[in-house]
Amino acid sequence: MSMYAQLVETGVNQLQSRAEMSAEERAFQERVDAGIKIEPKDWMPEDYRKTLIRQISQHAHSEIVGQLPEGNWITRAPTLKRKTILLSKVQDEAGHGLYLYGAAETLGVTRDQLYADLLSGKVKYSSIFNYPTLTWADIGAIGWLVDGAAIMNQIPLCRCSYGPYSRAMIRICKEEAFHMRQGYDIMIALCRDGTPEQKALAQDALNRWWWPSLMMFGPPDAESVHSAQSAQWKIKLFSNDELRQKFIDQTIPQAEYLGIRVPDPELKWNEESGHYDFGKIDWDEFWNVVKGNGPCNRERLRARVQAWEDGAWFREALVAHAEKQSQREAEATKAA
Amino acid sequence: MLLADKFESLLRLGDNTLILAQRLSEWCGKGPVFEEDMALTNIALDLLGQARLWLTYAGEVESKGRDEDALAYLRDAHQFRNLLLVEQPNGDYALTMARQFYFDTWHHLLLQELLKSTDERIAAIAEQAVKEVTYHLRRSSDLVTRLGAGTEESHRRMQTAVDELWPYTGEMFAPDAVDEALAAQGIICNPGQLHEPWLKHVAEVFRQATLTLPSGTWMQKGGKQGRHTEHLGYILTEMQFLQRAYPGAKW
Repeated sequence: MSMYAQLVETGVNQLQSRAEMSAEERAFQERVDAGIKIEPKDWMPEDYRKTLIRQISQHAHSEIVGQLPEGNWITRAPTLKRKTILLSKVQDEAGHGLYLYGAAETLGVTRDQLYADLLSGKVKYSSIFNYPTLTWADIGAIGWLVDGAAIMNQIPLCRCSYGPYSRAMIRICKEEAFHMRQGYDIMIALCRDGTPEQKALAQDALNRWWWPSLMMFGPPDAESVHSAQSAQWKIKLFSNDELRQKFIDQTIPQAEYLGIRVPDPELKWNEESGHYDFGKIDWDEFWNVVKGNGPCNRERLRARVQAWEDGAWFREALVAHAEKQSQREAEATKAA
Repeated sequence: MLLADKFESLLRLGDNTLILAQRLSEWCGKGPVFEEDMALTNIALDLLGQARLWLTYAGEVESKGRDEDALAYLRDAHQFRNLLLVEQPNGDYALTMARQFYFDTWHHLLLQELLKSTDERIAAIAEQAVKEVTYHLRRSSDLVTRLGAGTEESHRRMQTAVDELWPYTGEMFAPDAVDEALAAQGIICNPGQLHEPWLKHVAEVFRQATLTLPSGTWMQKGGKQGRHTEHLGYILTEMQFLQRAYPGAKW
């Protein structure tokens, strides 16, 4: 799988043929093939349900952890207008996390269970958020590249087979488009309207975010063992390599407009294929970041664990207060 | 003279909302539950929006060509006019809520008075802000009540927090020459008149929250005149970094 949910296991190693399916499975697959949405109360294969829970919760966790690298610059945003926009954007991300947890809850899990799996390190979030935001230009680069890559993956998911997920994605995509524009707008201010020093900040950010952004689409198709099942279930509509190529083709002209260069000496336009050819992605780095060896893996998770632990007394107090309140109401009813 | 006083008073309004928004945004991604995280961010956004309106107007009144960013990013600590209360560190969530509750109660009363300002622009900004602050006050009053009357631990934390910040509340009601000059023209109200209704609301919420109203009478002051606590310098260092590091750059 790709993007905000970059490696989702499907529990299935080989696709079943129609003949091997049970009557229920066949009916399910026919609905999916006909483009009819699957809703929470409909019958679904257990592996479909579990795969969706993994995929949606990874996406939700990515939104929540993704608040941290950008939140890092809210207090240092260079103008009050930029601060306002960034604060709204980071708030939108928390909102996306909430819709997605809501969509996952329709599959029979609770938000608290899912969140506990993030905090214990059992379930991953997108590795892109394990890279640091070192300068203000990183906020531009994240909006432009990371949100740009996310949109590329998420627009097809608006048409995915599971109703609640598809509807959450429609809502999220509208806001992501705004996020990408604000990021590119920061880059324009730095590169086209800025000083040489500001343009250098933008180039440095592109140098650091380019390859990790390409890695967001997940491993090459040849190594994506679970993709075929997800494609059949219509919870993955394009392959990792297709989306990656589409992203590169879209992004290079944008970089040219900014007057900055992607850090890939092998990048060149291929007249014959109608696409850009590009250099080799360092998958060793990708797998290391996934395994926990990225520059910020420990900090990101520690920050979320700390917030959760520090908030324990607060959550307990609200529960205790609600209980006292309902007890008082019950007594009042009895007395009356 | 009156224009200089008005500029001063607008800076106070702008700096209170700006510095509190800056403090609240430090919570982003660290709240005790997602809903709180989002609510605090919302409040920070409201306050930031208000700060921009006040500071823009302050710059126009001053007429030296300073816009909201020049005022927010290029003044040093002694030129900031916010209350000491809003620059106090976030602490735990109880301290953040106590700070918010004391401030919201005052802010709501103040804005209601500013609706009647003889300065139309001030009245118009107050009209927009008061809608937002009505919600802020309802929310912080409710949370202080629930935390005070929640568990033993939340009660202890909440009581510690309201005691800790109590000495920073007196400044909200102490008029100086600027306040008096403007109040005489009906441009702002005399802050002294807000004390009684403020105390009434705070006492009522504390009663429901089973919290003890602090009784200390010694109050810290100076923020309105530019004499701050040590905290403000660090807030500005962080907030102003890019504007200071790249003078004159556009972002």
